[in-house]
This record gives sequence, C-alpha cells and structure tokens, in this order.
Amino acid sequence: MTMREAGLFALVAALIVGTGIVQGWNSALLILNMGLVSAVMALGLNLQWGFAGLFNVGVMGFVALGGLAVVLVSMPPVPEAWSAGGLRAMAGLALGAGVIVGAVALWRRLPAGRIRGLGMTAWVVAGFFVYRAVMAPAVGAIEDVNPAVSGYLGGFGLPVLLAWPVGALLAAGAAWVIGKTALGLRADYLAIATLGISEIVIAVLKNEDWLSRGVKNVNGLPRPVPNEIDLQASPDFVARAAEWGLDPVTASTLYVKAGYSLLLAAVLVVVLVLAQMALRSPWGRMMRAIRDNEVAASAMGKNVTARHLQIFVIGSAVCGLAGAMMTTLDGQLTPTSYQPLRYTFLIWVMVIVGGSGNNFGSVLGGMLVWFLWVQVEPMGQWLLGVVTAPLPDGSALKDHLLAGAAQMRLLTMGVVLLLVLRFSPRGLMPER
Amino acid sequence: MIDFLNAVIVLANFVIIPAMAYGAQLALGAMGVTLVFAILRFTNIAHGDTMAFGTMVVIFGTWGLQGLGVSIAPLPTALLALPLGIAVTALLLLGTDRVVYRFYRAQKVNPVMLLIVSVGVMFVMNGLVRFIIGVDSQRFDDGARFVVSVRQFREMTGLDEGLALRSTQAITLVTAVIVVAALFWFLNRTRTGKSMRAYADNEDLALLSGIDPERVVRITWLLVAGLATIAGTLYGLDKSFDAFTYFQLLLPVFAAAIVGGLGHPVGAIAGGFVVAFSEVGVTYAFKRVVTYLVPEGWEPAGLLQILGTDYKFAVSFAILVVVLIFRPNGLYGGRTA
Repeated sequence: MTMREAGLFALVAALIVGTGIVQGWNSALLILNMGLVSAVMALGLNLQWGFAGLFNVGVMGFVALGGLAVVLVSMPPVPEAWSAGGLRAMAGLALGAGVIVGAVALWRRLPAGRIRGLGMTAWVVAGFFVYRAVMAPAVGAIEDVNPAVSGYLGGFGLPVLLAWPVGALLAAGAAWVIGKTALGLRADYLAIATLGISEIVIAVLKNEDWLSRGVKNVNGLPRPVPNEIDLQASPDFVARAAEWGLDPVTASTLYVKAGYSLLLAAVLVVVLVLAQMALRSPWGRMMRAIRDNEVAASAMGKNVTARHLQIFVIGSAVCGLAGAMMTTLDGQLTPTSYQPLRYTFLIWVMVIVGGSGNNFGSVLGGMLVWFLWVQVEPMGQWLLGVVTAPLPDGSALKDHLLAGAAQMRLLTMGVVLLLVLRFSPRGLMPER
Repeated sequence: MIDFLNAVIVLANFVIIPAMAYGAQLALGAMGVTLVFAILRFTNIAHGDTMAFGTMVVIFGTWGLQGLGVSIAPLPTALLALPLGIAVTALLLLGTDRVVYRFYRAQKVNPVMLLIVSVGVMFVMNGLVRFIIGVDSQRFDDGARFVVSVRQFREMTGLDEGLALRSTQAITLVTAVIVVAALFWFLNRTRTGKSMRAYADNEDLALLSGIDPERVVRITWLLVAGLATIAGTLYGLDKSFDAFTYFQLLLPVFAAAIVGGLGHPVGAIAGGFVVAFSEVGVTYAFKRVVTYLVPEGWEPAGLLQILGTDYKFAVSFAILVVVLIFRPNGLYGGRTA
C-alpha cells in the first residue's frame, strides 16, 4: 500500500471520527456500520466487474435475497401456518422446480425442430397451471393465518449469524441459474437481463406474502448482539457506563452499535483477505487475462464461459452475504425499501470511484461513497439554506428548494461518478 | 352471437386498447434507445430519465399555458407544450453530449465504458427531475376525458358491455403514427437522414464520403430528445407522471428495443407492441371474457389471471430472455456490436 492509499484510508477514518465529534458518536457508528456493509457489497461487485469485466446491474436482487435468508433462517416458524398449508406449498415449489428441470431435459433430448418447440411450450404451460392449482390453496391458507402478525410460514428459528452464509448460498444459487441463461450474452444484454432479474426478485418479495410477508414487512428479527433495554436493566452495565461517565441509554446504544461494527468488520476483513488472495493467485491472473482478451485466453485453453459463471456466482454470493448482514443490522426486512438507484447503481459508483479491479479500492469506495451519500443531505440542506436565506420566509420557491434538498444526493453521486470517470477513470486506487 | 360480441368488447376494452396505447408509448421510447445505439453505439441507461426530464418540462409548460388561460380543448394542453419540452430536452442532451460523451467518443472507448458513463448521467438527470418537480405523482391531462365512454357505447350498440376509448389513448395512437411516419420519412428520404443511416452502417466509409460525424451525432440527440419527450408525455397523459415510474420504464423500453433487434427502428416498434401485449395479456384476469364464451354453467371459478399485475416486469424480462436465447439479434436482426 502506497502513502497515497494509506492517506485515503486515513481520510475516511478522519471523516468518520469528525462525524463523531460534530454530530455525535451514534451517527458516526451508524455511518461506519453501513459503510462496512457497503464495502462488502462493493467487493462482491468488484469480483464480477473488476476481475472479470461482467456487467452486473442486478446487485439489488442478490442483496434482497440475502435479506430474505435472514428471515428464513432466524425467525421462529409459525406452526399454524405450516399445518394450514406448509407441506402443500413445499410440494408446489418442488413441482415448479420439477417442471423447469423437465423442460430443460426435454429441450436437450428432443431433436431440434417444430416438435421440440411446441412440446416444450405445452409442457411449460401445462406445468404452470398444475403448479398454480397446487400452490394457490396453500398460499391462501397460509396467508389467512393471523395476517396481522404472521400470515407467513416463518423461518427455522436458528441463530441469526447462520443466515449470513445462507444468504450467500441463496444468492449464489440464483446467480447460477441467471448465469446459465444470461452469461455469454453481450455486455449490454447482460446488463439489461440482470436489471430485470433484480426487479423480479423484489416483485417476488413484495407479493409472495406466504414467504416474506410482502409489503407487511418482517419486523423484530433476532439480533446477534444484546438488546439495549436488557443492557439498561443490567446493574452491572449501568455501573460500568457510569465509570466512563456515560448515561445508561447512550452507553447501551453505543455498545450495541460498536458490537455490530466489530462483527461486520470481521466479515469484511475475511472477505477482503480472500478476495486479495484470489486476485494474487494464478486463478486471479487468469480472470484478468480473460477480461482483457477473451479470444486470447480461450486460445490458451481457458474455458471462458465456465470461468465467467464461476466468478459471477462467487461475486453474487458476496453480495448476498452483504445483504444478509444489512438486514440483520436493520433488524427488519422491508421489500419496498429496495430501490435500484440505492442498491445497484450506488454500488457501481462505489466500485468505480474506489478503483475497479482493486479490492482495497472497493473498500475505500464503499466507505467513502456511503459517507457522502449520508452526509450530502445535511450539507445540501445547509447549502440551500444559505442560498435561499435572502428569500422571504414562506415564499413558495424557498420551501420548494428546501424540500428538494433530499434529492441532492442523487445529483451529487452522478457528478462524482462523472468526474472520476473523466479525470481519474481508473478510480482513486488504480488496479495494479 | 351477442355473447361473442360482448366477449370481444371486454377484451378490446381491457386488453387490446390499453395494450395498443402502451405499446405505442414503449415503441417511441425504444426507438430513442435504438437510435442512440445505432449512431453512438452504446446502451443509454439514462433514457428513462431523459423521458422523465422531457415530460417534466412539458408539465411546467402545461401549467404555464393553463395559467395564461390558453387551451386547445378538447385536446390536452400538454400537446401545445410539447415543442417547449422537446427544445429544452434537446438542449440538455446536446449539453450532456458536449460536456460528457464527446470526450469519450474522441477516445473511441469501449461501449461498456459509455454505458457506465450513462449511469452517471442517469443519476444527474434523475436527481435534477426529483429536485425540480419533486417525487410526487403528477397528473396533467386536461380536455375531454373520453372519445367514447362506456355509457355512450352501450347506448349506441345496445350491448351489455361497454367500450371506452379514452382521449389520451386515441391521442397516443395518432401521435405515434405521425411521429413514426415522420421519422421514417426523415431517415429514408432526406439527405441528412441518409447520412445518418450511412454513418450507422459503416462509420469509416461515411467519414470518407465527407459526412460530418459531429453533425450526425447532434441530429441524433435532437431526434432522441423528440422521441423521449413525446413518449414520456404520452405515457404521463395516459397514466401519470412520477420520477420513479419513469426510471422503471427503462426495463420494458429496453426489452422492446432488444426484442426487435437493437439498432433497428422497425424492430423497436414491433418490440414495443410485443412487450405491451404480453404484459397486459398475462396480467389481465380473463374471467369475464371466458364467461361470455363458454356455455352457461361452465363459468370459470378463478380469475383466470396468469400472474399478478406486480409481475409485469417478469413478463418483459421473460420475453427478453426467450428472444435472447432463441434469436440473439432480435426479431429483425439488429446489429451485433
């Protein structure tokens, strides 16, 4: 790491510490925690784009799948819902999977021609209606079970930290299916295909209430760290907080957030070390060779499609892991909060600004861009406050401008991305 | 026989007419995407937000005209504000090209690089639109609501079912036909249009023949501004305007462009209608149609809706995947790179 790179990391640290001094340590830890999660997401995307040149604009979908994993793993099961239609729903899902596998098998077995096309279409259409016939009553029964608090199957009631690797696996599975169909397409087709997939994942989360409660959200997810209320009730903790000169409420929130920071930082370090080892390995060099010249690499006997699929799956798994971490941090799954600008394109800004192909760059980009994303709003508010100060209070223009300050962050991100692309196209930390 | 007519009317009212209007809107949007792809050779992610920007200017123009008391009732005032919207959007796009894209074009960078650059442009445009007009949904249609309303239709024909033709739907179709005809006349008959097609086919040969590439690019942006503003305004008149929906239009618009074959204007039109009819058809509940067609006592119990309306993205996407797997260059064989 050069002086310049160390300086950039020191800058990010200074920004966060500065936030702590100016706006309070609670805000600083909030920014730090989401920054750590963003850094993991950026690392995942960097694997795909920086290492292999795959244009994935479906990050949001994988992040959301990670979030779903948290619900499925950690929430307690709802026994009434399971007895109402759980087995039938599972049978329906198995049937759906069977139809798809059957369709692929049919396609492979039958000779090319009209029969194959018609046969497969008929199979898929018939399979869809059978699937619906099995699934619909089960879904109805499950969603009728006490809809105000449950109305879904719940999860397995396992420790929440287990959800993080499961989130990665879930995202990896989805990525494998997508990669099988969409990889090998041109870069811009892959982009549109992944964009579509991510919207579909969100649509499923919003609509399949039996799975994720849909727009009713899943609240109160189990936490890997102690609860603030419990801490405040513990005399031991209160005594120790007093030693530090803190009141119990502040001390407990800081303690919990710092606990999350340690957990998230530990994961980030593991992922970063692995990514760095991968980059330095012969495998990493092969990936970059494929990225830089597919034809030459395939002439050297490298299986380009298989390697693309491999790294697409790995990168998506990292995004899923980050998504699970984020949902655990939030303590709730809110499908409506997933927006492509925030969860796909902002991650792109992080990778490009940090320096695509450089793992440390992605970490830096993740933390720095997240800091900007959070802080631009108050800055915009302040700026517009200064600009509109001469206007009379209550003037329509002034109110409108102040209300629009929240939108400044999109504008700023766009300008930052364009400036970096123009004047430092390889990012703040260029690939070596 | 009456039952059959009723079934046709229901189908026309809820599927055919809305899908025609939506298809025309998508086709105009997809033609903008396809033009950028053919001439500038990159996939413009910012197109949805260009549509939003153009529509926003039209909305402000409409409000201004309404404030002045200008009206062309029964037509919506927004049509009068269209030229303003196109002009301002054209200025924005030309400015963007001058400040952003031209630098990369001079370097002949990889198209994927331009795609990333357009992500930056998308952020800026999206931020601008949200900053200027806000995130709330806006309705700006005025003038007559219906060309034919359900009640009028029933009284005219005596059928049980009514057919409504909203004026926005009629305007969409008429405008789309005019715009498409004008665009094809321009591309096929005028000297400038021919130079654009030549440039799209073979850049080097076009340069050798003395075609000024910067002029071709400028004219392309003007056309894109026109197409995007008109498509966005028609969509907004038909439904409503809000920044986020327009951003999401990106997916069906791209599906339409790719299904038809990127870089192929006729394909964009066909793709627009394919996507629109599939979206509306798959998410429509066919119960009422079938009830008229089958003998008494055979009425279906369910809604006969294949997918919920929220899955309409899935439909665009499924069509996209099917076409990409079986006809990678689109229905009309667009260009490959």
